[in-house]
Amino acid sequence: MSAPTSAPASGFAQIGKSVYIKGELSGSEDLYLDGQVEGSIALKGNSLTVGPNGQVKGSVEAKGVVVQGKLEGNIQASDRVELRKSAIVTGDITTHRISIEEGAHLKGKVDINRADVK
Amino acid sequence: MKLFRGSSGPEAIPEQGSQKLTRRSSGLGELSRTWESSEGLCILDLGSTSAINIRHFTERGHRIYSEDLLTASTDPELLTTDEQGNAALDSRKFLADNLVYPAAHFDVVLCWNLPDYLDESLVKPVVGRLWSVLKPGGMLLAFFHTRDAGPDSPCHRFHIVGGDTLEMTKIVLRKEARRAAAGAERAATSTSDGFQLQRVFNNRHIENLFHDFASIKFFLARDNIREVLVVR
Repeated sequence: MSAPTSAPASGFAQIGKSVYIKGELSGSEDLYLDGQVEGSIALKGNSLTVGPNGQVKGSVEAKGVVVQGKLEGNIQASDRVELRKSAIVTGDITTHRISIEEGAHLKGKVDINRADVK
Repeated sequence: MKLFRGSSGPEAIPEQGSQKLTRRSSGLGELSRTWESSEGLCILDLGSTSAINIRHFTERGHRIYSEDLLTASTDPELLTTDEQGNAALDSRKFLADNLVYPAAHFDVVLCWNLPDYLDESLVKPVVGRLWSVLKPGGMLLAFFHTRDAGPDSPCHRFHIVGGDTLEMTKIVLRKEARRAAAGAERAATSTSDGFQLQRVFNNRHIENLFHDFASIKFFLARDNIREVLVVR
């Protein structure tokens, strides 16, 4: 997965930290989100990165999900989930692979979906 | 009640500037036989989020739930007063926001040292809720300090690194939790950088705490820790 580590790389759609969105968000390109979203996010086949200032309230469905900020909702990732040390996640995670840095905070279930692992 | 001996004391293994300790755990050793011989167990880890523990269980095909109750207890919105006017935490609100699971959902609950560091007003309600979310026959592992451990015993996070081996690192509160604790003007459960031992349970206290459970086993360790394995 080509998700950025801390700042967006070129080729990513970006939502800056002063932006607040209420409603469903969907797209077909990778997204770097450093603002606030209240609503579900669907990026099937693409990755979502929640930056250190990012806050999401709603479910997320994407190929890969990287969280550095706050996410309140379930995560369904067809490839992998990365929780960085500053991540605060409340919700259940369903994915094929997961990595969690020391210091990340998770309240919820982790389900590793092995049936479709390539 | 049964008494066993077998857990050893911690060994210091400094790594990357932060001290990590390992300790053998007889309680964990007994419990691990359950998850090594069964499939699809539902396991609740009540310590700080541990990637090592999540990997340990997901690799074995179990479902792991992670919930850091100690950090959740620093929420300043929980502050209230009891009947005598003393500061306390609102256990109803706490249980409305935390440990919200269907009855008889879990096969195993890893409590670690939670009861020793949790505010007094939350201990019994939390244990009561844990009884209800455990399946009949489900098991709970908890660690209790003995009086010899001293009041400054640091609160650790526990990582499962072997069948009966734990790695422990001292918990340092996140900035948000530190602010919450300070905002509550109530340094009862936390100090500036970590959690504070609240009390020392003796065997009778522990038996009373788990009164509703079917059985209780004590494992005495050399490092002033009493391990307890209870079965619902």
